[in-house]
Amino acid sequence: MATLKDATAIAGIGQTAFAKRLPESEKTLACRAILAALDDAGIAPSEVDGFASYTMEETDEVEVAKAIGAGDVTFFSKVGYGGGGSCATLGHLAAAVATGQASVGVAWRSRKRGSGPRPWKNTAVQLPTPAQWTRPYGLLRPADEIGMLARRYMHEYGATRDHLFNVALACRNRANQNPDAIMYERPLTREMYMTSRWISEPLCLFDNCLETDGALACVIVSAERARDCRQRPVYLHSVAQGLPAQHHGMVNYWNDDPLTGPAWTAARQLWKQADFGPDDVDVAQIYDAFTPLVPLSLEGYGFCGRGEGGAFTEGGALESGGRLPVNTGGGGLSEAYVHGFNLITEGVKQLRGTSTAQVPDAATCLVTAGEGVPTSAVLLRN
Amino acid sequence: MGVNDSLLLPVADEDGAPFWEYAARGELRVQSCAAPACGELRFPPRPCCPHCGSFASEWREMSGRGRLWSYVIPHPPLLPAYAEQAPYNAVVVELVEAPHIRLAGNVVASADAPLNSVDPARLRIGAPVRAVFCPVGPDGFPLVRWLLER
Repeated sequence: MATLKDATAIAGIGQTAFAKRLPESEKTLACRAILAALDDAGIAPSEVDGFASYTMEETDEVEVAKAIGAGDVTFFSKVGYGGGGSCATLGHLAAAVATGQASVGVAWRSRKRGSGPRPWKNTAVQLPTPAQWTRPYGLLRPADEIGMLARRYMHEYGATRDHLFNVALACRNRANQNPDAIMYERPLTREMYMTSRWISEPLCLFDNCLETDGALACVIVSAERARDCRQRPVYLHSVAQGLPAQHHGMVNYWNDDPLTGPAWTAARQLWKQADFGPDDVDVAQIYDAFTPLVPLSLEGYGFCGRGEGGAFTEGGALESGGRLPVNTGGGGLSEAYVHGFNLITEGVKQLRGTSTAQVPDAATCLVTAGEGVPTSAVLLRN
Repeated sequence: MGVNDSLLLPVADEDGAPFWEYAARGELRVQSCAAPACGELRFPPRPCCPHCGSFASEWREMSGRGRLWSYVIPHPPLLPAYAEQAPYNAVVVELVEAPHIRLAGNVVASADAPLNSVDPARLRIGAPVRAVFCPVGPDGFPLVRWLLER
């Protein structure tokens, strides 16, 4: 069987500034990030022949391709389910490049969530969907939906708000080291966390990601070509998507076991194709739209046992120098929330040795996409 | 106009419509497979049985008794009709006779009471509840809500 293992690599990354409000349009931001990524790789825009993004990305490949001056495009793909799509965009391009459908692939995400409308304000259009079973009862926002799982998780396994604080703090501490992060130079204390306002109990303000304007992009080429590019290649060692049996999306209350989410499905596929396991991961970028997604993901991806995700966060385990440093750019909680694409670029920086919170000699990195929705993940190595 | 009349109402799709039609009669019914050898309950409703593939379904009446599986207390920012009643509770109830069937809802002091009519300190995972039906909106859409048993 053909394998994608190390067949392709990320040759370039690019990003715009992150802010609550940026003046430029999503299309302009997308073009800036993509051109920056191509420049980083040393590849001309005219060589781009593959595109992948999220279904929620509103800048079409048609618009992007003509704006940046791409050549004839022979592969394009979009992945659904919001933040669950981030790593899958890389997977789709890796498959396309490895099978000759394209030679230079660009994945991107551009979003003005900071200054644009909140998606949940558009709730009425969701009512003919399975949201008819939740929205009328005031489960309006993702924070309400994940808060429901979080309460059950805390009840079943004794996870505490201190565990969730450990997650928020690790991300904030790394953001404090990252000048590009929205929360650079803005420390978080336990008192600030414990006394902050509720969003959806048991989740408080600091359990929620940042509403951000910004864009990011990656360039994917064959491993062979990447070795001749400007930057040190970061190989796509294993890529997986996950949509578990009887999964229902973010409101996974109807699954037999709602606390084993899509991470578990993606993880089985991811590790099956990898030459190493969770113990060999040097640094992880774990999708953190909400703090409880981190302990749930730690369990799903096999860093600890079922129900042990809360306890895993104790003793500085997620901090620099800890058992598993996570979200070293600050993550969605404290760097920027751009549907998780900044987790991918931070993973690349770690393996290039250029992170602002560099893990010494990092050679392997797990990046995950949104847990709680049909998801994806990638193992990077150098 | 009542406090609940500007809440969002479900838009019943073809699969879900019978649930709401039964609710309008005060009956809590859950879709089940009608294949004789199967009979599995399923929720949310869908065209065919994920266990046996049969497209034959029926709607089985439940006792309306359940237990709180989890709950949240949403605070603003929220849509205006909900912000007016915030903080309120939103719950997921597992049915006593079929714990894998779980329904989202609100725990209220009486069928037509506001969403914030029960002190959140009274909510506990596992607390017994029973279904009631509250006509909401101009056409009296039959929302299912929950009363604490004690």
